[in-house]
Amino acid sequence: MNFMDSKQPESGLLGPESDSQRTLYPYVTGTSVVALKYKDGILMAADMGGSYGSTLRYKSVERMKPIGKHSLLGASGEISDFQEILRFLDELILYDNMWDDGNSLGPKEVHNYLTRVMYNRRNKFNPLWNSLVLGGVKNGQKYLGTVSMIGVNFEDNHVATGFGNHLARPILRQEWHENLSFEDGVKLLEKCMRVLLYRDRSAVNKLQIAKITEEGMTISQPYSLKTHWELSAFQNPTQGAVGSW
Amino acid sequence: MSKSVVEMPPKGGFSFDLCKRNEMLSKKGVNPPSFRKTGTTIVGLIFQDGVILGADTRATEGPIVCDKNCEKIHYMAPNIYCCGAGTAADTEAVTDMVSSQLQLHRYHTGRESRVVTALTLLKRHLFNYQGYVSAALVLGGVDVTGPHLHTIYPHGSTDTLPFATMGSGSLAAMAVFESKYREGLTRDEGIALVTEAICSGIFNDLGSGSNVDVCVITKAGKEYLRNHLQPNPRTYTSSKGYSFPKKTEVLLTKITPLKEKVEIIEGGDAMEE
Amino acid sequence: MTKQQANWSPYDNNGGSCVAIAGADYCVVAADTRMSTGYNILTRDYSKLCKLADKCVMASSGFQADVKALQKHLAARHLIYQHQHNKQMSCPAMAQLLSNTLYYKRFFPYYSFNVLGGLDNEGKGCVFTYDAVGSYEKVGYSSLGSGSTLIMPFLDNQLKSPSPLLLPAQDAVTPLVEAEAVDLVKTVFASASERDIYTGDKLEIVVINADGIHREYMDLRKD
Repeated sequence: MNFMDSKQPESGLLGPESDSQRTLYPYVTGTSVVALKYKDGILMAADMGGSYGSTLRYKSVERMKPIGKHSLLGASGEISDFQEILRFLDELILYDNMWDDGNSLGPKEVHNYLTRVMYNRRNKFNPLWNSLVLGGVKNGQKYLGTVSMIGVNFEDNHVATGFGNHLARPILRQEWHENLSFEDGVKLLEKCMRVLLYRDRSAVNKLQIAKITEEGMTISQPYSLKTHWELSAFQNPTQGAVGSW
Repeated sequence: MSKSVVEMPPKGGFSFDLCKRNEMLSKKGVNPPSFRKTGTTIVGLIFQDGVILGADTRATEGPIVCDKNCEKIHYMAPNIYCCGAGTAADTEAVTDMVSSQLQLHRYHTGRESRVVTALTLLKRHLFNYQGYVSAALVLGGVDVTGPHLHTIYPHGSTDTLPFATMGSGSLAAMAVFESKYREGLTRDEGIALVTEAICSGIFNDLGSGSNVDVCVITKAGKEYLRNHLQPNPRTYTSSKGYSFPKKTEVLLTKITPLKEKVEIIEGGDAMEE
Repeated sequence: MTKQQANWSPYDNNGGSCVAIAGADYCVVAADTRMSTGYNILTRDYSKLCKLADKCVMASSGFQADVKALQKHLAARHLIYQHQHNKQMSCPAMAQLLSNTLYYKRFFPYYSFNVLGGLDNEGKGCVFTYDAVGSYEKVGYSSLGSGSTLIMPFLDNQLKSPSPLLLPAQDAVTPLVEAEAVDLVKTVFASASERDIYTGDKLEIVVINADGIHREYMDLRKD
């Protein structure tokens, strides 16, 4: 192949931003996703806010979606890129179904596919601006993994994206154990989501929790968490310390 | 524009004259020397009898740990202590400076220092330097008006809070406080919660590590629990040990006395003042 | 809307340290299992070691996504090699393949720092050490990654190998027996995790000898 003559489709690589088709920064974004393994499968939580910069632009964004029969995908970052990824996955699952061989893609395969898509796009300097969490159960095997927008990926017993890495993972590392019941798992996720609600400015008090087990998956109706602001020190902070502004 | 140049008296403090030069040098790739930053977890909370402060003991310089057991809870006054995060030199200098001002103020008034006084002196200094004095502080103490806990940011803004965290491990520590803090904690519960918050920083934040220091301040006095918890012992020591036998080679051992080489005048002229 | 993100970068540094030591009839390859970004620990249990052939193990630190792509690429190439030659690739052959693979991406490099350890065709230990763009050298021992500045001087002091410039060429393998080499590896990692913030959590050691591949773990500092 003659490199000199071949037209570079990515000629905008170093060109001005105006004629670029690449995601250079995100527009509408979702914040953290938190997920963990529990006794029977995977639990995942995400709020429903869609931020336009620091504006809360959308309030009912579903950021967790079922993929095929065995997997659940949660996403933070650019919402439109997430919806594009859902299209890729729909196609992947459809083409896999068309074999009609009784096989179906499990969470491990879907996660691997996602790591390759994300890494491939970063190689083209055109990243999908997301951090993804993929959980699932197949053949009694629980699976939980994550991928970042540049393709960094790993599996763990609990994962979180964005702010969740700073605020939720310390809690999960301390309190997570192998035999969490469904109730305790939900409680632990709600604890994480509450801390995120208090401390992550783009988090909103409207969230969903998704569950996936061997039997199938359910995504809860949106609901909100109870919050506590009644500390007496919050009532009049400078009482007894006049002049502390 | 009118030429109304107001003559100002010369001010003390830092000179920013060389900022332009430094900017030019760093653009040409001449980087300034690095300095010791305490990538840190520091916390404080108010409990039923007073204030508890906590800190980890790791000091880093880039990715390298340069002090495994440093002290980050600084003395301000007998009833006031202050945790420091940021550039070690800045936190140390600024707390020393203010603590001496507080001491002088106590000599002058004959009264116990107040936490607001320390707070005001610290924030005024930091604000004056526009964030260039990179000290992020958690200030706690008990005075005649009761227990107080404040955070002070490098630019000079302050907060008054029932529980506070600062430094690179602040989020890990805050996760613990936000899920477990309540009002009216006992002394033991308070120490346990502060320890847990610091441990959260130690184990989840790479800038924080080693041991837990705690300082309990009540009306009755203070109790400084240096290395309250040591959760990170060395993980492996070889049973046979290692020696470093290869030393610098000695090439020459001849000693030349200097006395023969120079002329020494006994009782010469004394040097002028 | 104002831009809120820092300029996007295709690279990240996920930290970690790798060590390999070659002996007369064995090779020790080791790495910690911490994966981090910035001041965050992403996971405490991520293996940086990859078995490329029966007698060839690679330890890699740097950018995890590039490392994973590199490992997958080498695994695919090795599979093709097996189909074509009906045998496992030798360690020196894999070393050349790794170099070529890295240099192939000279102007958009794999940000990965690799050491390759294994047994050569005579069953003698061998270690190959690389930079990110494929320059490589056969040595007796090597250390790469975030803690390498702390580990390498210690290895140099304990295992000083003859200069590669000496003529006739001297054997690079270290004089230690297997147990001593494993003990040395444990010591250097315990020391590195005391002072390097990106090294810690757990140590994974692989020993390759005539009996095959043997794996063991040791806890490191978790702070």
